[in-house]
Amino acid sequence: MSQRLPILTIDNLHLRYGDVDALRGITLEAGTGEMTFLIGPSGSGKSSLLRCCNRLETPTSGKIYVDGEDITQRYINLNRVRRGIGMVFQSFNLYPHMSAKGNVMLALRKVLGKSRAEAEAIALKQLERVGLSDRAGHYPNQLSGGQQQRVAIARSLALEPKIMLFDEPTSALDPELVGEVLKVMRQLKDDGMTMVVVSHEMRFAKAASDHVVFMAEGQIVEAGPPAQIFDEPVAERTRTFLQEAYH
Amino acid sequence: MTRFDRFIDTFFKPEVMQQYWPDIVSGLFVTCQIAILVIVSGISLGLALAILRSYGFKVINLPIVIFVDLLRALPPLVLILILYFGLPNLGINLSGFLVLWMVLTLVLAAFAEEIFWAGILSVPEGQWQAARSTGLGRFQTLIYVVIPQAVRMTVAPLTNRTIAITKNTALGMVIGVPELLNQATTAQSFAANATPLMMATIAYLILFIPVVYAGRRLEKAYAWRRH
Ligand SMILES: Nc1ncnc2c1ncn2[C@@H]1O[C@H](COP(=O)(O)OP(=O)(O)OP(=O)(O)O)[C@@H](O)[C@H]1O
Ligand SMILES: [Mg+2]
Repeated sequence: MSQRLPILTIDNLHLRYGDVDALRGITLEAGTGEMTFLIGPSGSGKSSLLRCCNRLETPTSGKIYVDGEDITQRYINLNRVRRGIGMVFQSFNLYPHMSAKGNVMLALRKVLGKSRAEAEAIALKQLERVGLSDRAGHYPNQLSGGQQQRVAIARSLALEPKIMLFDEPTSALDPELVGEVLKVMRQLKDDGMTMVVVSHEMRFAKAASDHVVFMAEGQIVEAGPPAQIFDEPVAERTRTFLQEAYH
Repeated sequence: MTRFDRFIDTFFKPEVMQQYWPDIVSGLFVTCQIAILVIVSGISLGLALAILRSYGFKVINLPIVIFVDLLRALPPLVLILILYFGLPNLGINLSGFLVLWMVLTLVLAAFAEEIFWAGILSVPEGQWQAARSTGLGRFQTLIYVVIPQAVRMTVAPLTNRTIAITKNTALGMVIGVPELLNQATTAQSFAANATPLMMATIAYLILFIPVVYAGRRLEKAYAWRRH
């Protein structure tokens, strides 16, 4: 694809929690089908940035446009905005009292108002997409961490979001389970999904991402294609961070 | 008369039983009625208050917290007496049945609110975030995601409380509600014999043992699914 229209535009975003400046002027663009990787030390504001993008957090100032719509405007239907932007969490956050299928079906039924049969068909299709057709009836406590995270991805995908946000999707997993989740993410990318990913999986970033953004203290220090950021970082901070992250 | 005969004569006198069993049964019926009403309305009100509290409006939460603390602190009998003997002076006449039902409902609601609230708080923040991120509203998240998980933690304390408060239907005696204990004491003074009290005891057991048992079963059912 030669032309990639920005589907996500973040313009001079600020976020304050009391007297903590979590985000201090973030400006960022992501094109349709691109994978943007966010890296940076703990507390640099990566999660805060993702949470602003589906309005789990309300930015103090600045704008976020999704597909041309300003989602930071004051009177906006948050539930509509959120269902267009999927979010995957470090701790999966599956609903423990529902089966894998039930987890995927809930928003389909209650947010999109689909019938049980329709929702079920979509849920099964999405579970198949993440390789879990045979686990549809299992409850979260009967699934491995990697399987739970894949169900969580299916739960978000079912709403056909324009963008998927991943906040350290593999950090809570045993090393041998990381691969299956990354594989699903890779496949999403190949299907053309726009993704913003916070993760420490540098090798995956190199292989799959289009942009890498290095953040520190609520600001973007450096951004560019993975080869540039990982192999020829300009900023001293980036270099130090990468050295520490790799060793 | 042997000691055994005297025991039977005091607590299980056949003639007394025969004469007063209809009164005991009608008392049991009234007690049962109030108990069911109190359980349904008390728990529903408690849940509604806990849900309201979770919205975090200060103007609403302060009165809720005050209401809950007051009702948990006061002996129900005090409230019953105030409403039954005090309100008529203001021109409000409530029947004993209504007063008993109201007071026990409010007391159970206060305890239930606290228990549900603790349950709601025990559900991890991530559950809210996941649900909200899929576009579920606050109320939908409460109803479909949070409350079902909260209820699981509340089953044991809530059954205990419910049983404890429902037993207070016996307080209806002091304001003339024809409930079980009232019928029994009336019969006891007419018959000058304790047999009606023993009959009431047995009736209470018949009424509450299934409730205790059902509570156990519920507790087990929920504990089993916990991971
Ligand atoms: N709900 C909150 N209330 C107050 N401060 C917060 C809140 N969430 C985050 N912060 C603060 O905002 C800053 C950015 O936090 P954030 O969680 O976005 O960082 P992060 O880059 O995701 O870190 P990590 O790698 O540890 O997940 C930190 O200083 C953090 O303490
Ligand atoms: Mg984080």
